[in-house]
Amino acid sequence: MRQVIGAIILSGCAGAAWAQSDANTWSTLQRGLYLTRVGDCAACHSVEGEEPYAGGLGLPTPFGTIYAANITPDNATGLGEWSQDEFYDAMTEGVRPDGKRLYPAFPYTHFTHVTREDSDAIFTYLNTLDPVRNDVESPEIPFPLNVRTAMRGWNMLFFDEGKLEPVEDKSEAWNRGRYLAEGLAHCGACHTPRNMLGAEKGGNAAYTGGVIEGWFAPSLRGGPGGEGLADWSEEDLAEFLRHGRNGRSAAFGPMAEVVEKSTRYLSDEDLEAIVAYFKDLPFGEVDGEAAEPVAEDDPAMTAGAEIYATQCSACHGPEGEGVAGQFAPIAGSSLAQSSDPTTVVRMILEGARAVPTEKYPTAQAMPAYHWKLSDEEVAQVATYVRNAFGNAAPAVSAGTVADLR
Amino acid sequence: MPWQPGEAVPPTAFDPDVTFFTEEERAFVTAAVDRLIPADDYPSASELGVVDFIDHQLAGAYGRGDIYYMKGPFRDGLPTQGYQAQAPALLYRQAIADIRAGLARNDLADFTELEPEEQDRLLMGLSEGEDELEHTDAKTFFDTLWQNTLEGYFGDPVHGGNRDMEAWKMIGFPGARYDYRPWINHGGNPVKLEPVSVGGRMVP
Amino acid sequence: MSRILPEREVVIVGFGWTGAIMAEQLTEAGMDVLALERGVWRDTSTDYAVNNAQDEVRYRYRDELFEDLSRETLTFRNTSDQQALPMRMLGSFLPGTNVGGSGVHWNGQTWRFLPSDFQARSHNVERYGEDAIQDDMTIQDWGVTYDELEPHYDYFEKICGISGKAGNLNGEIQDGGNPFEGWRSSEYPNPPMEMVAAPLKFRDAARELGYNPFPGPSANMSQGYTNPLGVQLAPCTYCGFCEKYACGNYSKATATTTILPALMRRENFTLRTGAMVLRVEKDSSNSRATGVTYLNTEGEEFFQPAQMVILAGYITHNVNLLMQSGIGEIYNPETGEGQVGRNYAYQIMSGASVFYDDDFAVNPFVGAGALGQVIDEFNGDNFDHTGLGFIGGGYIAQWQTNGRPIESHPVPEGTPKFGAGWKKAVRESYNHTVGVGAHGAVMSFRGNYLDLDPTYTDAYGRPLMRLTFDFKQNDIRMSNYLTGKVAEIANAMGGREVSVSPVKTPYDIAPYQTTHNTGGHIMGDNPGNSVTNKYNQSWDLPNLFLTGAGNFPQNPGYNPTGTVAALAYHSAKAIREQYLRNPGPLVQA
Repeated sequence: MRQVIGAIILSGCAGAAWAQSDANTWSTLQRGLYLTRVGDCAACHSVEGEEPYAGGLGLPTPFGTIYAANITPDNATGLGEWSQDEFYDAMTEGVRPDGKRLYPAFPYTHFTHVTREDSDAIFTYLNTLDPVRNDVESPEIPFPLNVRTAMRGWNMLFFDEGKLEPVEDKSEAWNRGRYLAEGLAHCGACHTPRNMLGAEKGGNAAYTGGVIEGWFAPSLRGGPGGEGLADWSEEDLAEFLRHGRNGRSAAFGPMAEVVEKSTRYLSDEDLEAIVAYFKDLPFGEVDGEAAEPVAEDDPAMTAGAEIYATQCSACHGPEGEGVAGQFAPIAGSSLAQSSDPTTVVRMILEGARAVPTEKYPTAQAMPAYHWKLSDEEVAQVATYVRNAFGNAAPAVSAGTVADLR
Repeated sequence: MPWQPGEAVPPTAFDPDVTFFTEEERAFVTAAVDRLIPADDYPSASELGVVDFIDHQLAGAYGRGDIYYMKGPFRDGLPTQGYQAQAPALLYRQAIADIRAGLARNDLADFTELEPEEQDRLLMGLSEGEDELEHTDAKTFFDTLWQNTLEGYFGDPVHGGNRDMEAWKMIGFPGARYDYRPWINHGGNPVKLEPVSVGGRMVP
Repeated sequence: MSRILPEREVVIVGFGWTGAIMAEQLTEAGMDVLALERGVWRDTSTDYAVNNAQDEVRYRYRDELFEDLSRETLTFRNTSDQQALPMRMLGSFLPGTNVGGSGVHWNGQTWRFLPSDFQARSHNVERYGEDAIQDDMTIQDWGVTYDELEPHYDYFEKICGISGKAGNLNGEIQDGGNPFEGWRSSEYPNPPMEMVAAPLKFRDAARELGYNPFPGPSANMSQGYTNPLGVQLAPCTYCGFCEKYACGNYSKATATTTILPALMRRENFTLRTGAMVLRVEKDSSNSRATGVTYLNTEGEEFFQPAQMVILAGYITHNVNLLMQSGIGEIYNPETGEGQVGRNYAYQIMSGASVFYDDDFAVNPFVGAGALGQVIDEFNGDNFDHTGLGFIGGGYIAQWQTNGRPIESHPVPEGTPKFGAGWKKAVRESYNHTVGVGAHGAVMSFRGNYLDLDPTYTDAYGRPLMRLTFDFKQNDIRMSNYLTGKVAEIANAMGGREVSVSPVKTPYDIAPYQTTHNTGGHIMGDNPGNSVTNKYNQSWDLPNLFLTGAGNFPQNPGYNPTGTVAALAYHSAKAIREQYLRNPGPLVQA
């Protein structure tokens, strides 16, 4: 009996010794997990139903399809042979250990802002995953961009390597928010428009909305009467990022996944920081004049009104008022009025589902209308919702619908 | 909870080329349903596509009785025991053949050639279970024909009947709408709305 | 040979209202739960969305939400001396299939039974003497009381967001509610629905006659609502497609819209669809259920072992599974022996139509499944039955449910069956007719029961269950009494003419009446009078529980869903608080 007890005590000691020798491992790991979520690494580096982080997801870019890397610690196909330094270089410079350049579908243009400490924590966490053997396909990129060295030129034009210097007259929270949003959280990857060569536009164009996976990611700029977050309060934005919805809207499409896999895990401080940063963005750049509403007696509007009354009003309300916290209002909706109608049209064609979260488990979904409404009818009702209930936005043509169908 | 963009389970579209009736059967059913719902200021059953509706229905799962209990033995039931005939398509085939043969045996004109009053009397006889048929139950046939006629006449046009929603216009039913909140307080005044079909652009 | 699967703590057979309730309650207590559903997954925005749900042909008449009789059905006869024949098509009642079960296509009329309903025998004997229980009437007390169920009624109403007005708050009678109802610990979670014109006609007439009309308790939302599980329901849009249809915009409480969003997230819950359970297996000593045997959609057979089995199918399937598994003795009406299949009961319906001239438009399509006004003066024992020759009763209501024209095209008496006269009458009456109905209790009788059919078999080769049922004198007298009251109110509603439709006898299985089948695995206070104890635990196998209206010893005058749910919560509470600590009989026989 004594021997057995001795053995138990001994093994207990061994455990304690291990724990002590790596005193920071546990907290580093937790931090790594947290930052991996903030960066939403899983979104690109996992395929639904497959092992997480084993890569292989095809990312359509304007130039061809790029396949996300296997970032499990598998020696042959993943990061198993990588050092912490090599990982940091890939994150911040877009260069692999073999010297080849990464395509900017991997957002190193953002991750360049990530501190060494944060990068190391992520690397430590990724190294605790089960290694998965998964040889990811090569990208399908046409010449000359398929020559990875071509990225050198691209980088010269569009890549500002380096850290963000704190802005002294802004709060600590604002600076933290900026660090996260511009860096690991890479919000601009979707919400900032890109130029012809796929680079995010800078300056006042940043965060004015972009098209991603065929969805229009709305502007995050402030300012009354503008698009995007113009009329959202700080509480609205925090509720949205934490719980996937607020009184104005629900996360759907790619943003639903972002909430589910990333923003709902943000610490209270980081959530507040990101909100502080975005609510402080200068007003959006208005392209010329504000849109004039399409006339009420326009044939598209009268036809659209009839379609709306029979197909849409049950949820979105006879006056476009929606149902608070359940069905999005159309009246005053920045999404409905966004200059690019892509999202509105796609939602009508394919439907959309609100992301279910712990606080809001109901995944209210809009049904798909592709089987029911013609291109012409979708265009009419889209034009209507963009211009009824006090809204104003350019009309949508049947051709636009046909292209998106 | 699984969900995919674009996922939908729309109604099965009417297909006029998928049919069951022979020419004689079609003529019989046309004559019969136009006595059940004749033309007046509003169209008759066949004018609204009721025959096309029934013809198509009998050619599919309904006609075959796919989700009905169709195992034997088949016996004549009591009036309270419900449908005891073969699957609906076969019921139509047997009943129409029996009626036509019965008329011919008695040197009477074909059903389609009878005077309207005579057609009515014959249909009424079937409905009361007075006339017996050789291979199936007369009342079951009448009840099924009547039920299918109502379905074709008042059902959504996506299924081939109720053409241009004329039956709905006749009674003032606004069709496949989903939101009547603006009219809750109608106070006994008629709510007049153009009907709409569940099929949208699928309506032929 | 069946493949043997890893054991689960709890297996639930059937995934409708009570399957979801039990799964939610038991997973919340940390139990590992697997639900087996013969049908498929289905959800609002895809399978019955606002853009495809309003289709009478597809849903009502081609049975899209109802069960597939080619797989299994029952045979039917009115009396034991007749030859039972199969129910080949659905008619009188419409059980559902697929995730959500029959609850997906209900109207949403959500009632509590009266306190005295739970003491049906002792209460009536005490008030009217032994003679009140007529020959062959086999009613009995439930073994559970209203007071025991009250918290569970209350919780279910909050899960559903029932719209209504309390009539009795902790014993205080409230204006505008049902003064006859049992005490309620709290007000309904949502205010009553806004009334359209027809129920207001009924309300005014009933008031004029001295009755106390109140808004029907409704699972159609009067406003947006978030339930205790955080699940949201949207305001009802009065589309008039509730019963026989699924709701397209999240405004009718069903398992899918109130429980599943929370339940499906839980890691200790698994749902397996396409699993057709053939029987419950027992150990060699016949003292415990060991699991269930089921077929998947490919026809492969599996044995799913479980520490606890809950049968949560529709009553006919629960009873059938007991019979097919040889659990308990099948009832024999000759000897009165055996409990399985005993005390089958139903609902007895009658009504009247009020026809108006053109000056009053009903707009029947502006409606909802549980939108209406009700009086409860003639339900249960709310009135003196002395000298009436019957016990029991029912409510009288004007529900403005729908204007779906295939199903609903009333015509006055004397209208030809078909033809030009019929067509004209339909045109003139469609928008000008208001129905008033009586929804009556059906007592249990020796001659109304379920057993196995000697001739017909299902798609799996098992004998079909056989239903023997007819309305008996007590209930016909009761119904006719209520019909007289219906006519009285109908005549006071200011129409041009009234046509009265008394109950049709004998009971006919073809025309739709109501999906309120009850009994067959009834509850009671000892194994000599019931299949389950007051916690719906099998007397025979203590790790087997049965939920649903099969537990009702007889059927009171209200719609059953509220009580079906309250019994399930009551059962789940006993499992959580008593059975888990000491797995065995919760009531000693």
